[in-house]
Amino acid sequence: MTAKISYDAVEVGTELPAQSFPVSRATLVQYAGASGDFNPIHWNEKFAKEVGLPDVIAHGMFTMAEAVRVVTDWVGDPGAVAEYGVRFTKPVVVPNDETGALIEVSGKVAAKLDDDDRTVRVDLTAMSAGQKVLGMARAVVRLA
Amino acid sequence: MALDPSYVGRTYPPTDPYEVGREKIREFAEAIGESNPAYTDTEAAKALGHPDVIAPPTFVFAITFKAAGQVIADPQLGLDFSRVVHGDQKFSYTRPVRSGDRLTVTSTIEAIKSMAGNDIIDIRGEVHDEAGEHVVTALTKLVARAAEEG
Repeated sequence: MTAKISYDAVEVGTELPAQSFPVSRATLVQYAGASGDFNPIHWNEKFAKEVGLPDVIAHGMFTMAEAVRVVTDWVGDPGAVAEYGVRFTKPVVVPNDETGALIEVSGKVAAKLDDDDRTVRVDLTAMSAGQKVLGMARAVVRLA
Repeated sequence: MALDPSYVGRTYPPTDPYEVGREKIREFAEAIGESNPAYTDTEAAKALGHPDVIAPPTFVFAITFKAAGQVIADPQLGLDFSRVVHGDQKFSYTRPVRSGDRLTVTSTIEAIKSMAGNDIIDIRGEVHDEAGEHVVTALTKLVARAAEEG
């Protein structure tokens, strides 16, 4: 594991570079194929509405995969992630148009956990259409 | 109908090994828009100290969720999958999943709760490699929403 961020260089409150991730219907079809999750709520508008959703929604696991990129891009080595968890609070609604939806992710160092292990906890915020789509989104990362 | 809490602690037999392929990792990385070379370039992964390309952190969910299917489909447990939504997901890694891994998953029912008519079940998937070493633990919380009246 070779993190490019030094434990000594971060403080509680250090902000990670924020990122925005676009998601279209095509993105969801591609993710369905790659992940093997073919639940029709992620590609079939008629079905999604029949089960009470406003429209097709993104896979929760897609949103989870995008959010942690703020951490892995910051730290360099994705293998430095020791723990990662989220709560799926609101769906990311993906309309059938040219723009789709946007997942906006920011993160900051919330705690320095262990001076010997050089681990920190990063708290992530993921928003789409002005709503928080993940709760308790936290990663424990081992720094250099 | 509320799930039977006596199922807490039940462990299901380990799955057959899933062999992690480098092209599957690439396909997954592309699907989430990733360009980190640790996922696709062996030399870049080695430069970070990994023996081969590694998978993005959430890649393993496809394997653990399939394994959790044993629990979900257990007729004795009686979970109504048509009403299930994914509540929480957590991973604890001993090391990243990598190309060439042959992974088995052992699923255990960690907790069963009933809240406002919803059934909530926590499933722990322990992922081990061919040598029997721990790779990652996945904790999946599923919520089966209460059936509508009438």
